[in-house]
Amino acid sequence: MSLWEYANPQKFMQLSRRALPWVTVAATLCLIGGLTWGFFGTPDDYKQGSTVKIIYLHVPAAMMAINAWVMMLVASLVWLIRRHHVSALAAKAAAPVGLTFTLIALATGALWGQPMWGTWWAWDPRLTSFLILTLFYLGYIALWQAVDDPDTAADLTGVLCIVGSVFALLSRYAVNFWNQGLHQGASLSLDKKENVADVFWFPLLVCIAGFVLLFLTLVLLRTRTEIRARRLSALLARERMG
Amino acid sequence: MIALLLRDMRLAMRAGGGFGLGLAFFLLVAVLVPLGVGPESATLAKIAPGILWVGALLACLLSLDRIFALDFEDGSLDLLVTAPIPLEGVVAVKALAHWTVTGLPLTLVAPVLGVLLNLPEAGYFWLVVSLGLGTPALSVIGAFGAALTVGLKRGGLLLSLLVLPLYVPTLIFGAEVVKRGADGMATATPLALLAGITAGAAALLPFASAAAIRINLR
Repeated sequence: MSLWEYANPQKFMQLSRRALPWVTVAATLCLIGGLTWGFFGTPDDYKQGSTVKIIYLHVPAAMMAINAWVMMLVASLVWLIRRHHVSALAAKAAAPVGLTFTLIALATGALWGQPMWGTWWAWDPRLTSFLILTLFYLGYIALWQAVDDPDTAADLTGVLCIVGSVFALLSRYAVNFWNQGLHQGASLSLDKKENVADVFWFPLLVCIAGFVLLFLTLVLLRTRTEIRARRLSALLARERMG
Repeated sequence: MIALLLRDMRLAMRAGGGFGLGLAFFLLVAVLVPLGVGPESATLAKIAPGILWVGALLACLLSLDRIFALDFEDGSLDLLVTAPIPLEGVVAVKALAHWTVTGLPLTLVAPVLGVLLNLPEAGYFWLVVSLGLGTPALSVIGAFGAALTVGLKRGGLLLSLLVLPLYVPTLIFGAEVVKRGADGMATATPLALLAGITAGAAALLPFASAAAIRINLR
């Protein structure tokens, strides 16, 4: 019994069929619970008023935007090294989800920045790196769309994902070098004593768990769709031949 | 390999090779920006380093799809893949040829365009140095993008979308060198980082490009 067994599409479909309802329900509960708690159960910040509550969407979306890319990188590596089709399809399935999270983070950030900084957009390092991340997602998705042969597309996007990760990291440090920002520093580090105050922190953790589960749900669902689409095209091809 | 370099350069220089296109585009950018921004010399001096770098970068982008597309169409890329020289070497040589006919001329005409944009006197030296160090990275990264899109019809727009985010660090450090140089500040840090990007890209990216070409020709 090893993890690689689930690289078999049949096994993966069985497992994901059983897991999907649980993950969906858990994601829904966490998101509803966390957001309700966050929006209605926490006090307003003394300086920021109720705009502080954007944090419950902004922070989890931003975290998952980056983690989705990392997941795509791992899946691409698995595909390039071990040639498991499920892995390539999972990377393909995760890209639009990651892009959506990136856009959510940018949009909620703009809504938050307007009252706090007095501007929708500033060329702050964090904002700029997220804009660049959006471009990477767009390029990755566009390359998947452009190549007809599925295996060629998986190979090329895999190579792009690896090279892109290196350059995305480089860009992150380059924009830090280029401009000092308005954005506040990390407020959820595990190694720091003082983070966000506990009243805000616990609902935030629930929201983060909700976003992780939401990502898992969507990726499982989309991967299953991709596998079915692949099976369908194989059936159609067989039909034409016979 | 030297034969391949000379062949690529000769092909690019001949009529229809697109040799002058990048230069003409660069010139146009330098002429159009003051017309759009206004003729105040203080404003122009402030934005000149950035505009010159962006112009050079876009001019470089124009001719990227020619690195492999023509060879792919007439089948010579298949011959190069099966040739006894390693494909990684072929990619590196073709990137070098691209740089010699675009990056190098761009670097050489940049000071003239700097006059049009009222670049401060201290900036000229750093402009040439940073473009000379940075444009090879643009060619190598561009060759990677071209290798990814070589088999595609109408890959031009996709190529730009793939390559532009990869150009971000080079652009930032390159423009920073000129900006600091023009202001009379120390330029060693961004210059070293720019050189690092060029060296790293030239050393590693040909392997990724060669892998992409092999996938595309499978």
